[in-house]
Amino acid sequence: MYSIKNKRTQPVIQIKDVTFSFDKQPVLENITFDIQRNDFIAFIGPNGAGKTTLVKLILGFLEPDRGTIKVLGKNPKIARTHLGYVPQYTFFDLDYPLNVLDTVKMNMLHSGSLMPWFGKDEVKKAHELLEMMEIESLAQRKFSELSGGQRQRALLARALASEPEILILDEPTASIDITIEKDIYELLKRLNDNITIILVSHDISFISSYINKICCLNRFAAIHSVDEFPRESLFDVYDRNIKYLKHHCHL
Amino acid sequence: MSALLSQLSSYAFLNNAIIAAVMASIACGITGTFVVVKRITFISGGIAHAVLGGVGLAYYFNFSPMLGAFGFAILSAFIIGWVKIKARNHENTVISALWAIGMAIGVIFMYMTPGYSVDLLSYLFGNILMVTKTNLLILAGLNVVIIGLIVLLYRQFIAITYDEEQARLRGLPVNSLYILLLIIIACTIVVLIQIVGIILVIALLSLPAAISGLYTRSIAGMIFLAIILSLIFTLGGIAISFFANIPTGATIILFSGFGYLVAVSIKRCSISNRQ
Repeated sequence: MYSIKNKRTQPVIQIKDVTFSFDKQPVLENITFDIQRNDFIAFIGPNGAGKTTLVKLILGFLEPDRGTIKVLGKNPKIARTHLGYVPQYTFFDLDYPLNVLDTVKMNMLHSGSLMPWFGKDEVKKAHELLEMMEIESLAQRKFSELSGGQRQRALLARALASEPEILILDEPTASIDITIEKDIYELLKRLNDNITIILVSHDISFISSYINKICCLNRFAAIHSVDEFPRESLFDVYDRNIKYLKHHCHL
Repeated sequence: MSALLSQLSSYAFLNNAIIAAVMASIACGITGTFVVVKRITFISGGIAHAVLGGVGLAYYFNFSPMLGAFGFAILSAFIIGWVKIKARNHENTVISALWAIGMAIGVIFMYMTPGYSVDLLSYLFGNILMVTKTNLLILAGLNVVIIGLIVLLYRQFIAITYDEEQARLRGLPVNSLYILLLIIIACTIVVLIQIVGIILVIALLSLPAAISGLYTRSIAGMIFLAIILSLIFTLGGIAISFFANIPTGATIILFSGFGYLVAVSIKRCSISNRQ
């Protein structure tokens, strides 16, 4: 089904009729859309719209009640080693005795690595990633000793360490000032030449010039290409979609 | 100190006690580090207390208490691991139940076995001077297992204790590794019970690693310093209890607790001085 021949043209993520509820409370209903290779798609919607839930379904951390999700033509649980993920909240202990460099190296691990140390190439690659993120000088710091923006850069370096085909960022710039934010988007735009990017955000003011697709989520999903509305600002599209979705859900 | 050293040659039990303390310190420094960074002291407490059930059964059915302790430790590690994976919300309830039910089984079977009272106390509070040659061999075996597994899976255990989600994305078998970590904790608890007993074991498992965590910046460094601190606390505790003629297990724990207070105070002072 997922032959080499159509590897380039087949969607990297296929979401079909997906419904998901928490304790019988529907969070997502009948979501159907595809994400193509090298898309830079934003999941937009108000708080509680199911953005993070949809991300966790794609990562295989949750399973849909109904419908199917295919990542690179496979079950997300199998394909997820090809995904890079920058989570919304840092679930780990900031005081964990691991420095930034080691954190990045940890994502080069695979289940067959049975030695207590990393190889020379891996260490070199980790340094290169920190250089790319402009945080090489912070390599020996713990996460608790970094600012919000530095943490995001370190987490992005970690997500890239596993050489993902798809990169998913959940609210990557929620706690960062505007200049740093712009830097990070410029960097993502460059990465987008090789990597499909999914970006979750509650606000589209900054990202419109970077993305090519937008997925408006509010329990239901509506997908638009950014070029679809040349004369209209994305704000209006967003506004209208949310109104439409609210109407549709009888909210 | 020289009095203690001169006793060493004349009393085999003192020799055994010191060898046991050294082995316990190694196990305790390695495992305690992961218990502290993953914040699972409560789970470890559950495993430690459930062990009494195995000891009680062993006395009643007349087989090695250490074997009984080992069996119950491994069993409770599996139960807790399974509950954590299957029913996350009820984890604490199940651990508390296991904690108390294990002890209840132990108390009842020890009661039904004639002459139970002395042994019950030494399992609850430890009796390092009763360590036999066979016990030492078992402790050595358990130590080899603990060290071997940690060396082989060092990075994997860091990955799952640091960030489970990312570990899953890397394709690591997170659930199996977690249960394996609980089994290593169970083995360590069996070793430590010989020294300080069931009730005090949690302090010895967590205090040296917690102190070490204040002053180190890597897991390997934290393990190394925790082993050194455990050695100081157990050997120092044995020496103090020998001269003061007071119970060894309790002395070791008081010494560790005092060490922790001093370490935290020093850390606080150094931070406020810097600011």
